Amino acid sequence: MRIVLTIVGKDRVGIIAKVSCLLAAHGVNILNINQNILEGFFNMVLIADMSGSDISLKNLKDLATELGREIGVDIRVQHEEIFTAMHQI
Amino acid sequence: MFDIKDILETNRMITENNLDVRTITMGISLRDCAHPDINVTAQKIYDKITHKAERLVKVGEDLETEFGVPIINKRISVTPISMIGESCDTNSYVPLAKALDAAAKAIGVNFIGGFSALVDKGYTKGDRILIASIPEALSVTDIVCSSVAIGSTKCGINMDAVAEMGRIIKAAAEMTADRDAIACAKLVVFCNAVPDNPFMAGAFHGVTEPETVINVGVSGPGVVKRALEDVRGRDIGAVAETIKKTAFKITRVGQLVAQEAARRLNTEFGIIDLSLAPTPAVGDSVAHILEEMGLESCGGPGTTAALALLNDAVKKGGLMASSYVGGLSGAFIPVSEDAGMIAAVERGSLSLEKLEAMTCVCSVGLDMIAIPGTVTARTISAIIADEAAIGMINNKTTAVRLIPVPGKKVGDTVEFGGLLGHCPVMAVNAFKPDVFIDRGGRIPAPVRSLTN
Repeated sequence: MRIVLTIVGKDRVGIIAKVSCLLAAHGVNILNINQNILEGFFNMVLIADMSGSDISLKNLKDLATELGREIGVDIRVQHEEIFTAMHQI
Repeated sequence: MFDIKDILETNRMITENNLDVRTITMGISLRDCAHPDINVTAQKIYDKITHKAERLVKVGEDLETEFGVPIINKRISVTPISMIGESCDTNSYVPLAKALDAAAKAIGVNFIGGFSALVDKGYTKGDRILIASIPEALSVTDIVCSSVAIGSTKCGINMDAVAEMGRIIKAAAEMTADRDAIACAKLVVFCNAVPDNPFMAGAFHGVTEPETVINVGVSGPGVVKRALEDVRGRDIGAVAETIKKTAFKITRVGQLVAQEAARRLNTEFGIIDLSLAPTPAVGDSVAHILEEMGLESCGGPGTTAALALLNDAVKKGGLMASSYVGGLSGAFIPVSEDAGMIAAVERGSLSLEKLEAMTCVCSVGLDMIAIPGTVTARTISAIIADEAAIGMINNKTTAVRLIPVPGKKVGDTVEFGGLLGHCPVMAVNAFKPDVFIDRGGRIPAPVRSLTN
């Protein structure tokens, strides 16, 4: 199952490092990262495969929300299909 | 791979513009629950609903978590109870309403629809008992919704039923006078009722439907309004095109959720209802879309044209996005449930008569409108007849959900709370239709019903 992580917030050192650590710790494989800084704001979309993961999407979502709170950014975790449905025919 | 812009756009729709799936409604046939003993019937109804829909709320919540899109309501619709109760040896179906209420609460849905009768052309024994039971049923239950179909393009309009529904609405208001006539907010009178509507209060599981089915109502007035902000100053063609594209995207989300919900609940996917359903929340208003198109205030000249454009463009966009479209499929204009409509009434730009005109070009009808408690049953019946005539002649669904609030007069405000919102009491034309309504009988089916 592929998931999309969206991270938005004020830029700081170590956002990508902390997020990738969380994913690696639970066997979530990163497939693609698209990131930029717009007027001091960090925007990142990360696509990953969690078919080999030891936790559910819901648990990962809770962990990501907690991490986001810790480092001051908003992290959303969603099933890839919602974007496929809306943007691809 | 996705464009980062697309992903951020989807998430902005959800977080800032109130994109949500308004309802996942599970239709359940109760045709195998009929029994001569009403207590047995009630138990069978309770058992069947709690068994078939046991996982509905859980599945809805799981989908909400996984896709990150809010799914606001999980609901149940059932076979019209007039048909199920008909075999019972009784003169009241209130015990069946209580069974529906208890079952719905046990599984955690927020409304259950189907305390209904279809009397387009005339009454059966069960229809009469059901309609007579409505005021008490809606006052002793909390989340049961009722609907009565009193006409259709194929059958004409049952004016006896129209007259009776005026009295029933008044009785329901009196029985819940201490709660601002809340029973009337759960009662809809239809012309051309549809069997697969997922929205309340008018949902019921039609007789042509399968054993169980999942129907989904999408939403997103806020998303359409936001998209139109980008085409300010452009011509009307650009407005229609923008609405179409937005409706396509909104509907794709509904389609995804509906298919997945049906799969996980091991049932059939029925339809997506393309209605734009507002809520009282800021940024979730159909009236504000019309104003974004360039009207000073909803209800002023130009409103009907703007609404016609909106309704048609939503259908065109939505049709392409879903394999099965049905239900009501059109913009809703409930007054109390739409912050922009409420504001328009308060500033004097939106009247009952303009709302009636608007219902000619959208779904569904005169919806969630508080009127003075002094308005008579016959006047309410005549308003129902007018609205039904629009539906009958134009081959579309129309409905009436009026709330004659005891003790309230024009200018007072009624608070229903939650999704039902609040509403200023609106003025009603005081000239009497009494002799017309007292005639009774049936308005013959119109020429356009003869299509064979």
